Amino acid sequence: MSAQSQHTHTNSCHEVLAHLNDYIDGELAPELCEALEAHLEVCEDCRVVFDTLNKTLYLVHQLRNTSPQLPETVEYRLFAVLNLEQFVPKKPE
Amino acid sequence: MTGIEIDLDIYPDEASLLEALKRGEPEACACLVKQYAPRVYAIAIRMLNDPDDAEEVLQETFISACKNIHKFEGRSALGTWLHRIATNAALMHLRKRKHREVSLDEPIEMAGGEDIYREVEDGSLAPDDHAMNSEVRDMLEKAIAQLPETLRAVFILREIEGYSTEETANILGISVSATKVRLHRARLRLRELLAPYLA
Ligand SMILES: [Zn+2]
Repeated sequence: MSAQSQHTHTNSCHEVLAHLNDYIDGELAPELCEALEAHLEVCEDCRVVFDTLNKTLYLVHQLRNTSPQLPETVEYRLFAVLNLEQFVPKKPE
Repeated sequence: MTGIEIDLDIYPDEASLLEALKRGEPEACACLVKQYAPRVYAIAIRMLNDPDDAEEVLQETFISACKNIHKFEGRSALGTWLHRIATNAALMHLRKRKHREVSLDEPIEMAGGEDIYREVEDGSLAPDDHAMNSEVRDMLEKAIAQLPETLRAVFILREIEGYSTEETANILGISVSATKVRLHRARLRLRELLAPYLA
C-alpha cells in the first residue's frame, strides 16, 4: 500500500485526466486526491485543463437560471392539442 | 408566470394531482402542463436546437404522459418521469433527423488527445464575471449543441437540469458507469470547444 501511494506521486498526465471527473465531483478516494493535487502543483498542462474545466462547468451551471422560455404561442398550441382549449383565453393579450 | 393562467393550488401535492390525472380531470391535465411544460421544452430545445422539433417533442411528451398516466407508479417524481419521456422522444427525433440528412456526426471518441493541452490563459470569462451576458450564453448553448447527441443528453440532464448521476442513468435507461463515462467525455469535449473563448 505504501509503495503504491509513493508511486502515485509520479502520476502521469493521462491518469490525472482519467481521475479529473471524479475529483471534481468529490468522488475520488482521498489518497488519489492527494496524488492528483501533487501532480497539479507541478504540471502546468494539467493545471490548465483543470482550471478551464472548472470555468466551463461554472459557466454551464449559470444556464440553470436562464433556461429557454416557453413561448406563449407554443403553450397555446400545446393546450389545444391536449383538448384543453377551455383554459386558453379567447383573445390572447 | 406568463401565458395561460392556471390555479396550481387546486391540488395541494403531487399525490392528489396524480389521482386527479388518473381520474381524467382536465384541470389536472392543465396543472400538469402548466407546471412541467417549461422545463420539458427547455430540455427539448437544448437537445434538438430547433424550435419546431422541440415543440413536437413537447406535444408528444404530454400526449404520451396523459395517455400513459395509469402506468406511472410513483417510483420517481412526476417531473423525472416526464423528463424521461421527453428525452427519449428527443433522441428519437435526432435519429429520424439523421436518416434525413447525410450524417455529419462526429464519432464519439475519447477526449484527451493532444488537443486537451491547448494552452489557455485566464481571460474574459473568469468566474468572477457578474451576470451572464447573452453573448456568453449564446456561445455556451452553441457549444453544447455541438456535443454528440448521446453525450449531450447526459450533459444536459446532469449539469443543467441538475439530476444526480444515478437519476440521469435512470432517465436514459443506461448504467451509472456508462453515464459517468459520457459525462466525463462531454465535459472535456465542451472544455475544448470553449477553450478559445476562455482565453
Ligand atoms: Zn500533467
